[in-house]
This record gives sequence, C-alpha cells and structure tokens, in this order.
Amino acid sequence: MANSAALEGINGLRDIRRSPASHLASALEAGSVQGKVVLAEGPFQTMAGVRVDPGSEGASRIAAVTGGLPARCGDVTGTEGVSVLWLGPSEFLVVAPEEDHDSLGGNLIGSLTHALGDAPGQVVDLSANRTTFELSGPRARAVLEKGCALDLHPRTLKAGTALSTEIGNIPVVLWKTGEESFRLFPRASFADFLGRWLLDAMREYASPEVP
Amino acid sequence: MLLISCPNCGSRDETEFHYGGQAHVPYPENPNELNDKEWAHFLFYRENTKGIFAERWLHSTGCRQWFNMLRDTVTYDIKAVYPMGTPRPDAAGTLTAETGTASLAADSTTTGTAAPSISGTSIAPADPAPSTTAPKGATK
Repeated sequence: MANSAALEGINGLRDIRRSPASHLASALEAGSVQGKVVLAEGPFQTMAGVRVDPGSEGASRIAAVTGGLPARCGDVTGTEGVSVLWLGPSEFLVVAPEEDHDSLGGNLIGSLTHALGDAPGQVVDLSANRTTFELSGPRARAVLEKGCALDLHPRTLKAGTALSTEIGNIPVVLWKTGEESFRLFPRASFADFLGRWLLDAMREYASPEVP
Repeated sequence: MLLISCPNCGSRDETEFHYGGQAHVPYPENPNELNDKEWAHFLFYRENTKGIFAERWLHSTGCRQWFNMLRDTVTYDIKAVYPMGTPRPDAAGTLTAETGTASLAADSTTTGTAAPSISGTSIAPADPAPSTTAPKGATK
C-alpha cells in the first residue's frame, strides 16, 4: 500500500483524476443536437451520503449545515451551491461543488461529520461514487421517456424534484433542475453504459422529423 | 409488469423492487432450544398459498425500505400495502384508507374458499415447535 500521507493529500492526485465518462466527451459533443437535446458530462462534484433519523437532534444539526433536510420523496433542499436530495426516509445525498471537498480547501464533509457528532447515523464521502450527466433541451424529456417509467410530464414532475429510479434499466438519481434540463447521477461504473444509451436515444433528433 | 405502490415513493415499476418472501415469519424466541428439524422449518419452510399471500418487498432502486404487501398469487391483484411490523390486514385487505391500492371486489377468481388459510402467517405468539406439522419424509 502506498503511503497516502506522502502524496500530500488528494491534491497531489487531482491533476490526474479522470471522470468516469471522460472518454465519451467527444462522442457526447458530436451526438448533441443543438436546439433539441444536448448531453454533456458535468464537472466533478462533492457528494456525501448522510443517514440520520430526520426527527433527531443530529438531523437538526446537519440541517443547519446543509440548509434543511428534505422531508419526502422528490424533495430537494439546500442553500447556495449545496443541495440535499431525498433518497429515503432517513437517507440523503448532499451534492456540492467540487471545491467544497475538504481536500480542496472546503470543509463540507468535515462539517457534516462534526454536525452529526456522536449521534446515531453516518456521513460518508461519496464524491467518487457517481458521475453527472447534464441533459437539456426541448427533447430531453422525450429522450428519457424511452427508458424511464416515471411520469416525466411537467404537470407531474416539477423542476427541482429529484427521484431515485431506473433509466435504461440501470439505477439512476434523476434530478429535474429546470423546465427542460435534467441532471442524472449514475454510479461511476454505469457511466459508460448510460452515456452510450442516451446517445442512442438522442440520435433520432438529429434527423428531420418524419411527419 | 406490476405497478407497486411504495409507501414512501408512490407508484413504481416492479423492476425497482425486490421480493422478500413470506411476511410474518417470527424469529424463534429461543433459537438455541430448537432442534435441527425445527430450525430447518424456521429457515426454509414457507407457505405456498394459492390466493391472498402476505409477503415482504424491498424498494431497492428507490427508498431502499422494506414493506409488506398482500398480493393475490393468482390474479396478482395487490390488496394492501402496509408497513413492516404491523399485523396483517384481513384477507380482503381492508387497509384501504392509506394505500388506495386495495380492491374491494369479491375474491371470486381464486380458490374455492374465499379466504385462504392464514394460520401459517399468523403473528400470534411464536410457537417454535412446528415439527408436528412437518410433512413426512421431508427431512431425512
């Protein structure tokens, strides 16, 4: 085992870090159809898995750090930059910009761990667990509907809702960030599959619509 | 494809769930006092009900929570969804107020008797001596 302390923390490795779908970057750009549907991999993000009983004191301390905990399925809370997604009745995913990570000068993980203290629950750094796809455009919903059984119509799925579900038969956290924009969090090992699946689903929109 | 109404997440596809087997199988109060046959009964012997069956499900792709369900094994009609740890609703699934999934229709399409035996799934005080009901020759 390498002595990680000798590497000056993770900063020494930051420059060689590669995102799980980085090899698809040119394909995502080529497959995007401007004005219809655009797909890109998002930047690295700091993510923390939090498990805590929402009625407990530990939860209120964590809520003070993150700007609230979501109460039910689909809810997203948070303040500038930091968002908290509901994954389960006592399970939440905190998503923040990369620079909030403790190894890059931030203090998100540390402050969450400190807020939880000795209370029952856990705070786990999941920053490398998932990658981010940004899918946007007027056809984004049609692309997702090819592989997602949820009702994605705007009358049901409002912007600012995040749901843990299946897209293209793989587990994904689907976050509707705007009226025509979605953020998808697949696990890193599914990034290649989901990227190619979405490219395939987007392909028809590059051609003129058949009346 | 079943549409299962998760108590936390609402209606989702069956593929998001995992089946957890028969519900209301109590852990023996004194496992050390069981002989091998009784232990095997606790571990492996389950009802094979034709009709309404109480079973456990896990919403593994969603909220990752367990819940109980009353399902008709013939028609796949979901009669009731209820939390872990609560007693089984009656065979008609009268827990309708919360779930909204229960059907009030008569159980006409299944077995001859309207209500299948639920004695095997009773959560009455555990009787850790099921050997009297063991099929002969089941364990050799």
